[in-house]
Amino acid sequence: MHVVIIGNGIAGVSVARHVRKLDSDCDITMISAETDFHWSRTALMYIYMGHMTFENTQPYEKFFWAKNRIKLIRKYVTQVDPEKRTLTFSDGDALPYDKLVLATGSSPNKFGWPGQDLAGVQGMVSYNDLQSMEEYSRDLKHAVVVGGGLIGIEMAEMFHSRHIPVTFLVREESFWNRVMPPDESAMINREIRNTHGIDLRLGTELKEILPDENGRVRCIITNEGEEIPCQFVGLTAGVHPNIDLAAQAGIETHRGFLVDKYLETSVKDIFAVGDCAQLRHPASGRRPIEAVWYTGKHMGPVLAQTLVNGHTEYVQKTWFNSAKFINLEYQVYGDVASEIRDGERHLYWEHPHDHKSVRIVYNAATGIVTGFNLMGIRYRSDVCIKWIESQASIEEVLQNLGAANFDPEFFRSYERELVRLYNEQNNTDLKLKRKKGLRNAFAVLKS
Amino acid sequence: MSQVDTSLSLANPHPRNMSTSQKVFLALVGVAITMIFISLFGAAATREATFLWTILGLLTVGGVGYTWETYSHEAAGIKNNGVWFFSESNRGALGWIFGVALTAFYISLYWFPEWLGLNSEGPNTGLIAVFDPLSKMLSGNPASQWFVYGTFYTISILILGVKFIWKYRHSNYHKIRTLSIMFFQTAFAFLIPEFMARLNHQEAIQATGVSVPYYDLKNMWPLNYYNFDGYRIEAMTNDGLNSLTGNLGFIMLVVGISSIFIISPILTYFFGKRWYCSWVCGCGGLAETAGDPFRHLSDKSLKAWRIERWLIHGVLAFAVIMTVAVVFSYLNQHDDAGYWITKEIFTAMVSITLLGLTALLWLRPKLFSTISPNVKVIASIIMVAITGLTIQALFASNGKIFFMEDTYPLRKWYGFFIGAAFSGVVGVGFYPLMGSRVWCRFGCPMAAILGLQQRFFSRFRITTNGGQCISCGNCSTYCEMGIDVRAYAQRGQNIVRASCVGCGVCSAVCPRGVLSLENGPNTGNSRMDDVRY
Repeated sequence: MHVVIIGNGIAGVSVARHVRKLDSDCDITMISAETDFHWSRTALMYIYMGHMTFENTQPYEKFFWAKNRIKLIRKYVTQVDPEKRTLTFSDGDALPYDKLVLATGSSPNKFGWPGQDLAGVQGMVSYNDLQSMEEYSRDLKHAVVVGGGLIGIEMAEMFHSRHIPVTFLVREESFWNRVMPPDESAMINREIRNTHGIDLRLGTELKEILPDENGRVRCIITNEGEEIPCQFVGLTAGVHPNIDLAAQAGIETHRGFLVDKYLETSVKDIFAVGDCAQLRHPASGRRPIEAVWYTGKHMGPVLAQTLVNGHTEYVQKTWFNSAKFINLEYQVYGDVASEIRDGERHLYWEHPHDHKSVRIVYNAATGIVTGFNLMGIRYRSDVCIKWIESQASIEEVLQNLGAANFDPEFFRSYERELVRLYNEQNNTDLKLKRKKGLRNAFAVLKS
Repeated sequence: MSQVDTSLSLANPHPRNMSTSQKVFLALVGVAITMIFISLFGAAATREATFLWTILGLLTVGGVGYTWETYSHEAAGIKNNGVWFFSESNRGALGWIFGVALTAFYISLYWFPEWLGLNSEGPNTGLIAVFDPLSKMLSGNPASQWFVYGTFYTISILILGVKFIWKYRHSNYHKIRTLSIMFFQTAFAFLIPEFMARLNHQEAIQATGVSVPYYDLKNMWPLNYYNFDGYRIEAMTNDGLNSLTGNLGFIMLVVGISSIFIISPILTYFFGKRWYCSWVCGCGGLAETAGDPFRHLSDKSLKAWRIERWLIHGVLAFAVIMTVAVVFSYLNQHDDAGYWITKEIFTAMVSITLLGLTALLWLRPKLFSTISPNVKVIASIIMVAITGLTIQALFASNGKIFFMEDTYPLRKWYGFFIGAAFSGVVGVGFYPLMGSRVWCRFGCPMAAILGLQQRFFSRFRITTNGGQCISCGNCSTYCEMGIDVRAYAQRGQNIVRASCVGCGVCSAVCPRGVLSLENGPNTGNSRMDDVRY
C-alpha cells in the first residue's frame, strides 16, 4: 500500500506517523510545497520575535523521516487523477498512490477589500508569509493588523515585540467577543491596550487599502473614514480551506473537502484531515470545520486506523483550546459560549486587579458542569475533561477544585475564592476539600 | 481607557534600543571591568580598599540599575524577545569574544594564577592584591586566586540573580528558587568557609581552642572529591590540637559522606534532583543566573543526548575509581592510626554498595526496563571490576590498588581534567557557545548520581497537560539541559529524565500552560504515562 499525503502540517504528519506505527511495511510519501520538513506553524510568531530559530520549530530531527521511512517530496501538486490514482506535480512529474490524504490546510481570508493584493498586504499562515513579513519589516514605520482573532493578536504582538507601532483593527465592539464572554473579552482588551500599549481600535473595519507609487501599501482607510498611514497590512480575518485540487478531481466540497465520519471524501480512497476537511455530520453544537492545531492532531491517528485496519469513525472529542494573548494565557475545556444561554448558569470569578479569571459553566437545573474558561490560570486538562464527560455537578467540582489547578508551584491558588463566591450566590456552605496537587488529581481521575 | 501609550512603540525594530539610563548603568559596569584590567598592572593605588569597594559598588549599582531599566518598564511575563537576534546570545561575535575572555580567565585562574598577581613568595600583586582588604576583613588572611574567584562568583550570582528574579517576576517558583540559590552561594559557599578560616587563625585558635577546616558544607561527594586528599582527611580528623577540633572536622567529613548516601536520596526521592541542582548548588546557581541568557544554546539533538549519557556516567565511574583509590591508599598508609574506619571496613562498604547496585540492576528488571541490556552489562562490569580490584588490593601485600603504588596521579589527573578543565574552563567559559549547563549536563558526577536517583527512585516529573501541546518548541529551546521536552509533551507524555534539574523554565515559557513540575505518586506503569498521541 502506498499512502500519499499532501501537506506536511500537523494533520499530515499525524497521519504519516500513525500509519507507520500501525503498519511497518507500507510506503508513505508526504508532499509539501512549503518547506522541506514539518515545522510547527503555531511557532511562526516566535521566529519573528526572536524567541526561536526556524530549526527550533521543527519537532523532529532530520533523521526521523528516513528512520520511519516517510518519504518527503518538496513539490507542488497541481492535479489529482482518481481514475489512474496518480498525482501530477507542477514540474510535470507524476506519482501514483493507493490511498490519498489531503492535508492541505487553509489560507487567510480576503473579503474583496480594495487594495488587498498590494505589496505589503498579507496574511500569516505559511513560512512564506513569515519571510515576506520579515522582508517588509525592514523599513516598516507603522503596521496595521485587520481582524480580531487569534492570528490577529499574534501579529500585533509580533510587531510590538520589535517596537514597530501597530494599529489593530477589530470589527467587533470587544476583542473576540463572538467566542469569549464579555468579561474575558474585556480583560483581553485591557491586556492589549493598557498593559502593552497597543493601539487597539474596536468596532472599526477596514474600508480600503491605498498604494504608493511603487504599488506598496501607503495607508488604509477605516469605515469611519480615518486614514492610517502604514507600510504593512496584516489580513487576519480568519482562514478558509485550501480546496483547489477538488474541482478537477471531482471531490465534493462546500467550504472544505466534505468528508464522512471516516474522513473519506466523495471520491473513494481520497481522505481529508485538518483545516481543509469539512465534516458532513459534525457532532451537535460543534462546527464542521475546526481549524485548530488539535483537530489535525486528533484526526491523524483515527484516519491511520482507517487506512491500515479498516474503517474507524472520527468522533469529535470534548472541545478544548488554548491561546496566549501577549502575556495572558487562556484555556477552555468543554462548551463555553460568549453568552449565558437558556438553562445555563455561569460561576465567574475575576481577580480584583490582576488579569486572572475562572468561569465554570453549568446547567441551572441539574448542576451538571459543561465547561471551564480560564484566563491567566492553568487548569488540568484530564481533570476538567473527566468532570465534563462524567457529568459531574458544580458542587462536586467546586469541592474538589484544587485537583484541577495546574499552575506552577508556589503560585497563589484561587479555589477558595470560587467556593466562597458560589456559597454567597447560592446560600450554600460548601468547603474546599481538595487542594492543588498531583495526588488529589489522581484521586479525582480514579473516582 | 482608550488612551494609548505610544511611548512604548517609538523605536526602530532591528537594533536593540537602549535607553540612556541603560547605557549609563552599563557604562558603570564597564568602568568596573576597566578598573579590574588596570589592577593587573599592579599600580599601588589599586591596592587601596577604596579601589575594591569602588569596583564592587560600580558592579552592583550598574548591574542592578541596568536590570531595573531593562525590565521595570515592561509588563511581567516572558522576556525572550530578540534572544536569537543579539550577537551576545546567538553565538555571534560578542558571544565568541565573551566566551574566549571567560575561558582565558579560567585558564589563568587554574594554571597561571601568577598572571592575576599571586606570588609564591611575598605579598599579592595585581588583581589578587585588590581583594586583600576584603579577604582580611572576612578571614584575616590575604586573598588567594580562589578568594578573588569566589568573590566574583558570588557577586555574579547575586547581581544576576536579581536580574533573573526581575525577568521572571511573574513566577513565584523562580523568585523563591533564585533567592535560595543566592542564599546558599553567599552563606555556604562564600561567607561560612571564610569565617571558618578566621576561626583557624592562630590567635583565634588560642582564644577559643577550636580549629575548623575550610569546608563548603553544602558540597557533597563526588563534587568535593578533594575532601579525600590526605591533608584534608587529616585536617578533618586530626586531633592534634584538641579533641573538639578533631570531632568538629570529623563530623563535617561524616556529614559530607552521609549527605550523598542519606540526605540526598531522601530529598531527591521527594523533590527530584532540583532540590540540589537548581536550588542549592553553586555551579547550578551560576548557570541559572549568569548563564540564563545562554540557556537556549544547549544542543537538543539525540546525538548530544547520547554523548551526554556516556560522558557524564564515564566521569562518575572515574570519580568512583579515583575516590576509592585515594581513600584506600590513605587508609593503607595509616593502618595504625586508630581510625574507626580501616581499609577492611572501607572495602566492605565499597563492595556492599557496588554489588548491591549491580544486584538491583538485574533483580528489578521492571524498574530498569528502559535501559538497554548492553548498558546494564557495561555498568555491571565496571561496578564488579571496581569491587574485585578493591578486594584484591586488600589482600595484596604490596599495598597497590588498581595496580598503582601511588594514587596521587589519579587524583591529579581527575583534578586537571574534571575539576579544572571540564567544570571550570569548559563549564563556564563556554556558556556563550554551548549554553549554561555544559558541566552539569555532560560532566558533573554529582548530577549523574542525583540523575540516576531521579530517573529511577523519585516522585518528581514534569507533567504534560493532556493534549494541549502545540509543538511550538519553546520548552525544548529554553531547556538549558538540552532535553527535547517537546518530544514528550507533544505525545502527551510526562517528562522523566535523569538530567532535568527542575529549573522550571519550560513550564514558564510554554504559551499553552502545558507543563508543570510536580511531585507525586505513580499512576499505572510509570511516572511518564503512556504515549497518547
